[in-house]
Amino acid sequence: MATADNSPTRDFVAGDRQGRARRVMLGLVALLLVTSTLSLGIGASGVSLWSVLGQIARAEAVAPREALILFDIRAPRLALGLLVGAALAVSGAVMQGLFRNPLADPGLVGVGAGAGLGAITAIVLGGLLPLALQDVVGFYLVPLAAFLGGWLTTLFLYRISTSRGRTSVAVMLLGGIALGALAGAVSGVLIYMADDAQLRDLTFWGLGSLAGATWDKVLVAGPLIALVLVVTPFLAQSLNALALGEGPAAHLGIPVQRMKTISILTVAGATGAAVAVSGGIGFVGIVVPHLLRILTGPDHRYLLPNAALLGAALLVGADMIARSVIAPAELPIGIVTATLGGPFFLWILLRNRSLLDL
Amino acid sequence: MLSATDIHADLAGTPILRGVSLTARPGQITMIVGPNGSGKTTLLRALTQDLPYRGRVLLDGADIAALPGWELATRRAVLPQASRIAFPFTVLEIVRLGLIAAATPAPGHRASEALARVGLAGFEGRFYQDLSGGEQQRAQLARVLAQVWDPVGPDGARWLFLDEPVASLDIGHQLEVMEIMADYARAGGGVVAVMHDLNLTAIHADQVLLMQDGRCLAAGPPAAVFTDAILSAAYGCTVRVNATPPAPATFVLPHMARRAG
Repeated sequence: MATADNSPTRDFVAGDRQGRARRVMLGLVALLLVTSTLSLGIGASGVSLWSVLGQIARAEAVAPREALILFDIRAPRLALGLLVGAALAVSGAVMQGLFRNPLADPGLVGVGAGAGLGAITAIVLGGLLPLALQDVVGFYLVPLAAFLGGWLTTLFLYRISTSRGRTSVAVMLLGGIALGALAGAVSGVLIYMADDAQLRDLTFWGLGSLAGATWDKVLVAGPLIALVLVVTPFLAQSLNALALGEGPAAHLGIPVQRMKTISILTVAGATGAAVAVSGGIGFVGIVVPHLLRILTGPDHRYLLPNAALLGAALLVGADMIARSVIAPAELPIGIVTATLGGPFFLWILLRNRSLLDL
Repeated sequence: MLSATDIHADLAGTPILRGVSLTARPGQITMIVGPNGSGKTTLLRALTQDLPYRGRVLLDGADIAALPGWELATRRAVLPQASRIAFPFTVLEIVRLGLIAAATPAPGHRASEALARVGLAGFEGRFYQDLSGGEQQRAQLARVLAQVWDPVGPDGARWLFLDEPVASLDIGHQLEVMEIMADYARAGGGVVAVMHDLNLTAIHADQVLLMQDGRCLAAGPPAAVFTDAILSAAYGCTVRVNATPPAPATFVLPHMARRAG
């Protein structure tokens, strides 16, 4: 006969995926360490990470060329890849939780385009600001504008698709597409107005790439993304409760309105910062959370940190491929994420159709 | 005690509640019945602040509009009518969401205990969206029970607000859920439920509020409210209480059903 089980925790309970989520988290940390090390060691120049580390270990002076490549080219690029990858994946996961829909992705529903419009506006019209203000905001102008653009788009999108506590998926997707198109059109006008120097900036920015990563860019995007990564774990239980709906979440004592505001700011902050420094790399925000939900379930307490880890590892890995396939030239990283992610994503979808109830 | 006074509420500009008052006591089951569109669910939603209302709702003497959400969540739990969930949560994970609100950490087996209580023992590892409608409803009930597990807390009674808790259940599971409500009330908790089934209401309710067109048509114990005249007026058809059909007819009454075991 069944006996009363009074032993606290530890015991295996069916349907409890926390243990698996923790093991996956450890695995992802390992994966991130491996990809990061590889990324530092691989590059068109052929400079070896190990030889530089060896020189440091033997207290020898590092050759200037090798030091330059390692510390001023590869290291900032790695840092930017980690930041952008984590930001894209986490903002995807938070937005999907907020809209209670696995299709909500900042890139898909126009938030990326809104952030892009913000960035383009700053590049083209930034010169019109009073000089004093330009001095104050300095090179934070573009990321700030991208953040503002992303925030306004997310806010607007949530307003139009939610009425009386219900978020309409159809309105969200169609509204997002409309907003994206509108932002694209205004961006087009601005690009048309741009002069030659601005055009060069725009082209460089719009490539959707980690090329041209500098410590300056890391410093621009880093604080905002770090802030987002610190804040999101506090949203986890609220997002879990929100999966039941806004009313039921409120009855569980969740301050729904406040957590929605914070979620929207979070998505806008992470998307804005990522778009400002990388031009918007698609696909990470939707694939990473999906994959993790299938592996370990939708519990945001694990989904959010795991998404940050996997997103970072994925982007660093993709960047490594992007710059080694046709070295010394580079593929835009978006091509790599799409080529790798697309078929993989389809495979997951077909295998787990029943789990992806929309 | 729950006491609502002169509640008004509108939906999209149309008045749905036109001044309803209700009193529910802990230790009793209070049921809200009435024809479709009479405002039953809207009344429950107003009582639980799911929609804006005018009037006053006091829970144990305190105006609920002034209580913080987390405090209310330790004192009352609300079962919505139908719940669709966006992501692939397991049944265990859904029930554990009810524990978010708990004032003190619940023991690890509480979720399984709640599932066993609603007849879903062994369902922990199933995916919520793979359950039938009735099973989903009972899984949600388990979540709600887990939230306010003890019918009486250190600071007073706990409350269950249930919107048609037996709507998509078969007769056996209807009895099971009615028993849960009765046990909760017997142990000192308060239960307020919107009901469709007049027979189950007649058996289990201590107090009935019969609504019609956004107003309270009658209130009191079932025997006083469920009369031929009142029910006929409320539902717009001729109703005869406590009358059996002529001999060859077949009828099944929950009054005569007992749960096995």
